[in-house]
Amino acid sequence: MVAAVTMIAFFAPEDADQGLSQKIFYFHVPIALTSYACFGWGAWKGLLHLWKRSPGADLESYVAIHQGVIFGALTLVTGSIWAKISWGVWWAWSSNQLVLFLVLFLFYAAYFMLRFSVEPGPRRANLSAVYALFGVALIPVSFMAIRLANDFIHPTVFTSNGPQMSGRMFASFCVSWAAMLLLAGTLYRVELAGKRLDSRLRELRELLA
Amino acid sequence: MSYLTDIGALARKDLRLELRARDTLPAMLLFVVSALVVFHFTLPQGASRLAAFGLLWVALIFTALLGLTRCFAAEREQDVLDGLVLAPSDRSAIWLGKAIAMLAFLVAAEVVALPAFALFFGPGIDGRTLAGVALADLGICTVGTLLAGMAAASRARELLLPLLFLPLAIPIVIGGVGASVNGGVRYVEFLVLYDAIFAIICWASFEYVVTE
Amino acid sequence: MIRARALEKRYGDKRVLRGLDLEVERGGFLVVTGPNGSGKTTLLRLCVGLAQPTAGELEVDVSRGRLGFLAHEPLVYRELTALENLDLYGRLYRVPERRERIGMLLERFRLWEARRERVGSYSRGMLQRLALCRAFLHEPDLYVLDEPFTALDAEGAELLDRELAERRERGTFLVATHAPARFEALATAQVAIVQ
Repeated sequence: MVAAVTMIAFFAPEDADQGLSQKIFYFHVPIALTSYACFGWGAWKGLLHLWKRSPGADLESYVAIHQGVIFGALTLVTGSIWAKISWGVWWAWSSNQLVLFLVLFLFYAAYFMLRFSVEPGPRRANLSAVYALFGVALIPVSFMAIRLANDFIHPTVFTSNGPQMSGRMFASFCVSWAAMLLLAGTLYRVELAGKRLDSRLRELRELLA
Repeated sequence: MSYLTDIGALARKDLRLELRARDTLPAMLLFVVSALVVFHFTLPQGASRLAAFGLLWVALIFTALLGLTRCFAAEREQDVLDGLVLAPSDRSAIWLGKAIAMLAFLVAAEVVALPAFALFFGPGIDGRTLAGVALADLGICTVGTLLAGMAAASRARELLLPLLFLPLAIPIVIGGVGASVNGGVRYVEFLVLYDAIFAIICWASFEYVVTE
Repeated sequence: MIRARALEKRYGDKRVLRGLDLEVERGGFLVVTGPNGSGKTTLLRLCVGLAQPTAGELEVDVSRGRLGFLAHEPLVYRELTALENLDLYGRLYRVPERRERIGMLLERFRLWEARRERVGSYSRGMLQRLALCRAFLHEPDLYVLDEPFTALDAEGAELLDRELAERRERGTFLVATHAPARFEALATAQVAIVQ
């Protein structure tokens, strides 16, 4: 299923007869949006853990944020490629989206440092959940800040607006986005299943000991 | 209200501890002045006012970080946090009391830092800069104290706090520098927004930072 | 007052408590024994709310303000005086007639003369006595004591004996100890944690 959907994602952009740079757009923005979705999902699971003490919510939150970071890294990479193609530079501080993802990447990388330095248990789950909630608040706040920052750091030479989307392009864009979300969802489920299997194995091993 | 008396008692406790131990505040004062001196040497000739203010904010952020690293030191070294957590008072009072004490230290450091900055880099600190500094202080102390509480629960404490704090400090720095260089009142408004949002999140979630 | 069923606590991969059943009725006095590292401290921390069980049920019918916990650590600030420490806890626990109560407790534990000295200069015995003051200050309904006679000399132990005897009627007790014989007169039940 994943294969079929990713194939659709590849074919759809070819419909639009644009240059190569525009094709990256079909990946870059959906990947970014999927990343936001993953972080949002992670924060939601974190909230569930704190509020309802749902068992397993902590693991789901962790896996979601893990996916979010992977897609975030991809956002930075595709964004950098797009910047190179469009403007000839590998990095542009004026690209609000790119800078936002850099800040978020740093933030969520610290999430993993936090998790690795605390013993597994309810305490670590609490800390991770609170941090995930901070992250989701940081996304809009950071975006506003970066937009303000660009006003006095760099004169706006490059614009970072996406192209105007015609109907066909919009359709392709949506398909691509759906494909990315499905890809993220599948990876999420796979990783979650793997981690759950790990913990059940550990439990069994303990019972035998 | 007993909630306010709790906060008062806890803040007073932290201030008294610093008065006795006298380690954090002198370190912060010395650090901020040393940092400003270092920055003088890192700035090229004829650097813009924007660059100088940028470095002021770097100095402030890292001075705050120095203070925050010591924030829960007493509780951590002597395992006293359990005693506070067990009390019937709301756990958020622990956070608020500490944040207030932290704010006092930071303001004290700035009372030294800002005149030093004016001395080294020329005058230019106006009302908007001060408003920016004041609002930034609130953001730093609220968010920083909670993150210090998180770091206190980990093995890698001193290493972890800067990693947790700096990404969240980026919007504060942007707002602060913007306010300092007369970017307009929207930077000050932004800081108010940041402070409001994160203060609420911190207040609601500190309970979970110190309990299982 | 305390009811535990199939209680389990795991730290990472290490299982500290497994399949523990426990019951303490109101006015009871339960002594918990066991070798070092058997999980006595963990059990007490669970009952007090500083830790959450990984599995099983635990019910403790008392609010935080009516609970008195004596931990391994004295839970006092070394840079503050005994008076300042107890004053802080007195405020947090909303102790009525705070100053009088503090004075009385310091007297009963023979710490009145040292009340204005920094706790950092106290001997281990004095620290333990101060910790007991802290735990008893708010006249709790449930006393959870982790090896209360640690570091106490003969005189200190006598003081504690007297306090326990006096408070016996008014409270419920859960005590972890290496020396259960000390509590023979007071205890209603005894439980041993086996590895």
